[in-house]
Order: sequence, then structure tokens, then C-alpha cells
Amino acid sequence: MSSAMLELILEATLDTLYMVAVSGLIATALGVPLGVLLYVTRPGQILAQPLTNRVLGMVTNIGRSIPFIILMVAIIPFTRALVGSSIGTNAAAVPLTIAAIPFVARLVEGALNEVPPGLIEAAQSMGATPYQIITKVLLPEARGGIITGLTITVVTLISYSAMAGAVGGGGLGDLGIRYGYNRFNPTIMLITVVILVVLVQGFQMLGDYLVRRSDHK
Amino acid sequence: MITLDNVSKTYGTGEQAIHALKPVHLHVPQGAIHGVIGLSGAGKSTLIRCVNLLERPTTGRVFVDGDELTALDAASLNRARHRVGMIFQHFNLLSSRTVFANVALPLELMGVAKREIRERVEPLLELTGLADKRDMYPAQLSGGQKQRVAIARALASRPKVLLCDEATSALDPQTTLSILELLQDINRKLGLTILLITHEMEVVKTICHRVSLISAGELVEEADVGDFFTAPQTRLGREFLNAFLELEPPQALVDRLAAQPGDDTHPVVRLAFTGDSVSTPLVSRLARDCDIDVSILEAKVESIQDRTLGLMIAELIGPADKTREALAYLESHDLQVEVLGHVQRDA
Ligand SMILES: Nc1ncnc2c1ncn2[C@@H]1O[C@H](COP(=O)(O)OP(=O)(O)OP(=O)(O)O)[C@@H](O)[C@H]1O
Ligand SMILES: [Mg+2]
Repeated sequence: MSSAMLELILEATLDTLYMVAVSGLIATALGVPLGVLLYVTRPGQILAQPLTNRVLGMVTNIGRSIPFIILMVAIIPFTRALVGSSIGTNAAAVPLTIAAIPFVARLVEGALNEVPPGLIEAAQSMGATPYQIITKVLLPEARGGIITGLTITVVTLISYSAMAGAVGGGGLGDLGIRYGYNRFNPTIMLITVVILVVLVQGFQMLGDYLVRRSDHK
Repeated sequence: MITLDNVSKTYGTGEQAIHALKPVHLHVPQGAIHGVIGLSGAGKSTLIRCVNLLERPTTGRVFVDGDELTALDAASLNRARHRVGMIFQHFNLLSSRTVFANVALPLELMGVAKREIRERVEPLLELTGLADKRDMYPAQLSGGQKQRVAIARALASRPKVLLCDEATSALDPQTTLSILELLQDINRKLGLTILLITHEMEVVKTICHRVSLISAGELVEEADVGDFFTAPQTRLGREFLNAFLELEPPQALVDRLAAQPGDDTHPVVRLAFTGDSVSTPLVSRLARDCDIDVSILEAKVESIQDRTLGLMIAELIGPADKTREALAYLESHDLQVEVLGHVQRDA
């Protein structure tokens, strides 16, 4: 295989990692607080706000129910306004992020839901404020579940980013389509698939390791 | 130290309203260990959770250490809660924190500096016998050890009051005893006022000074523990006591018991001797003075803290007028007589 080809593969891999990293980090930064809000505003919870909770829940559900490929196309004007272009890795990161935020939020909410309510009560009996309950009890106790959720998110983002690549986003998906499919180069096709599998496997193992390390149950 | 004034709790409204706690009054003086005992669903947890306002009472006022908690805003209430420790049936320890960090949690919440936290947590680990478990996680501990961590944690903020919600119900009898001894130790050493709820008479007997009986959301009886165990005033109190003492007439006898005396029957009585009557040879006198036979079916002596309680189930065998006389004789003495029923002679 030519060195030009290798360079192409390396570049595509880095592009994929870049898209996953950018969207993963932003989605975590926004999705975790949203997940916490979804949980603590539930009726009977420490910051019960039934109306807010219903609105947030609805928005989250809408975000989650739009197929990614449609979301990507539908928000092109927004993407263009935000990053100045509708193709390239930066442009692909926008819909990836938007799709991942509600995804992360629901997984975080689910992880918080696994924290025994007795722990919240114990903290309240010690005079903890809602903010302290979130930072000292809920998030640390749900850490394993949250890491599991973020691992699922990263793995999903890797496969979504390949989809984004197909419509001009760059990265391994783009490479696979352009060389592997359009020019019928099975070697390239195979290599992109292998790299994607290795990436997914790698992140899954890293996630599992982090969960194990934070789990004292 | 703790006063509940007309405190009630109703869950839900309208048709589905559950009156978990009817308006109750309760006063626990400084340094006391007060038990609240009742059956499942009687409202015990609701009552104790109203003390630190984990449950907002529907009516009434709650005073702890001179402050009316029910009148405080959220921030002041949180500060007041530092003076009220609480332990739970299922310990409620943070699984992500070591023993040390669990005990340190209330201090972190109060904003105590790291160095001072260490200085305050170490002695508590000593007191609760956990010094060598310092860096372990709750999952590595036994139930009794977990409750010790919870006790150390509840004491970290130097509270005046400790609330115990079925703190020993998940533990075996031996571990229960060691936890109760620890609580008693703390009560004596630190002068801590303890309010505990339980469904076990054993717990009340072992460490409480006073006890309230709760039934269907009402405090139906309150007494010093010695009095409660020797002379409960309510039917439910007697049921608790009898179940605890396991002094029920044998089933074969129960089957033959009739509520009313017949032509040819004699009474079966349950006698509870307390105070001076314990040491008086009443039964032999009874037989001699009333000229009847006494057949003892069951007997037992219990010591309740500084009191002694003697219990007996006996048949009074003799002609009707003699046994009537014997009952009157017993009732004139300092003991409790309960006629369980009447059995046929020679049946
Ligand atoms: N959050 C709630 N909402 C509605 N009803 C409740 C709630 N909490 C308790 N109850 C009801 O109030 C009554 C008293 O409950 P509580 O938990 O105080 O009983 P308990 O004496 O502690 O019982 P146990 O020994 O089983 O713990 C019960 O009928 C229960 O169903
Ligand atoms: Mg209860």
C-alpha cells in the first residue's frame, strides 16, 4: 500500500477521533447537567419542579426521537451559521453534539435513579443543601453508571461519525465510502472497518476499566 | 430536648388521605433514651422523621434544643440539623466513600477544614471501634460494622440528639446487643439524648429509660420502662409484653378455656409479680389461707433494668367459693391478676 494511502487512513482516523472528542466533550458538559436536572426536578425529588421537569423531558425526548441522518440534514442552516460551513469535521461535530446531549442526559438520569433514596435522606438529615447532595452524594455514587453511559455515548458517536462522514463530514466513514465503495477498493473498506472495530473495542475497554476502578460495591 | 407539640402527618388529600400520624405530644428530656414501639405501619418512621423534618408535619410544632424547627427557613433548618444526628435501618452509607470519608461527610458539608476533620474523625473511629477499618469501603464491612460507621457519622457534627430509625432491625441478636451497648455508652459519655423507634421489646428493655407505645398513628401509652414491663396500661401494651415474655398458656389448655365459669370449672390466671410481691411467698400462702390447690403451668422471672418481674400461669383448684375467695386475696396484693378463662375440672 502506498504511503499516500497510509497517510489518508491516518488522517481519516484522526478526523474521526477529533469529531468524537469534540462532540463527546461538549455533549458531556451539557448532557450531564441536563441529566441531573431531569432527575432532581422530578416530583418528590430534592428540587421538585414538575413543570420544568415535564418541559425538559419533552425536549429531551424530541431530541432523542429524530433519526440522526435527518437531524444532520435538518440543522444544516444552524450548522453553517455556527461553524461557517456544512461540510468538514467541524460541521459534522455540530449534529453529533446535538444528538448526543439528550442521549447523555437520559443515561445520566438513569444512573442517578440507581442511587438508593436512603442516601439522599441521610444527607438531608445531615443538613446538606441540594447542591451538596448533587456534588457529594448523587454524582459520586452514580459515577460507575455515568461512566458506563458515557462509554455507550462514545461508541455510538464513533458509528454516527461514520454516518456523518458519508455526507461530507470527513473521517473513516468518508474514506470508506469514497475509496471503498465508490472506487470499489475492498482493502480500504476492510481497513476502515477494522480501525472502527479497534476504536470501539478500545473505548469500551477503557470505560470498563474506569467503571471497575470506581466501583466499591 | 425534643418536644413534639400537636404534631400530625397526613399523606395525600381528600379520599386517599392517609392519617399516618394523629396529633401527638411527646417530650424527651435532655440525656434521656426514649423508645417508641409499635407494630409495622403504626407510624413509627413517620413520627421520627417529623423530628428532623425529613417529613414536614401537617400540623403542629417541633422543638429541638430550644429551637422551633418548624419555624425555620431552609438554611437555618440545615444548620439546626447539624445538632440532630440520625441513623437508619439500612445504614445508608455512601458506597463510594471509605469509612473515614463517610464519617467526614457531615463535616465537609459544614465546611470544616481538612485538618480539623481529621482531628475530629479519628477519635470517633476509636469510640466506635473502627480505627482499623478506616480505609475500607462499606461493602467490605459486616452489618454491625456498617451501623458503627453510621453512628460515628451521625456523631461527627457533635449533635445534641440522636434519632434511630429501627437501627438494629437488620442485625442479628448479638450484633444488636453490641450496637445497643455502644448507644448506651454514647448516651452516658456524651450526654446525648436518644429517640429510637423499634418493634422489638428487647431493644426497649435493654437501653430505654422511657417508652411510648404507638398504634395507628396515636401514642396510646407512655411510661418508664420498668413500669411498662411490669404493668402496661393498654391492651396492646399487654400483648407486646406477653409476646416478649412468651408466656402464653399451652395450646391444649387454651382449647379448653371457656370465657365464663360453669358449674364445675376452676379459673386459670396469669399473675405478674412486681416490686415487693416478687419476694413474698404468695402462692404457698394462697394455698394455705384459702384452702385450695394451686397448679403452676408456667413460670418465669425476668429482670428489667433495676426491676424484677415474676410471671406465672396457674390453675386455682378448689370449690367455686374458695377460688373466688382466692382471686380476691390475690387482687388485694401488689400484683396483677388476669383471669384467662375457666376449665372443666378433670377434663
Ligand atoms: N410517603 C408516604 N405516602 C403515603 N403513605 C405513607 C408514606 N409513608 C408512610 N405512609 C403510610 O403511613 C403509615 C405509617 O407508615 P410508617 O412508615 O410511619 O410506619 P412504621 O411504623 O414505620 O412501619 P414499619 O415498622 O413497617 O417501618 C402507613 O400506613 C404507610 O403506608
Ligand atoms: Mg418504619
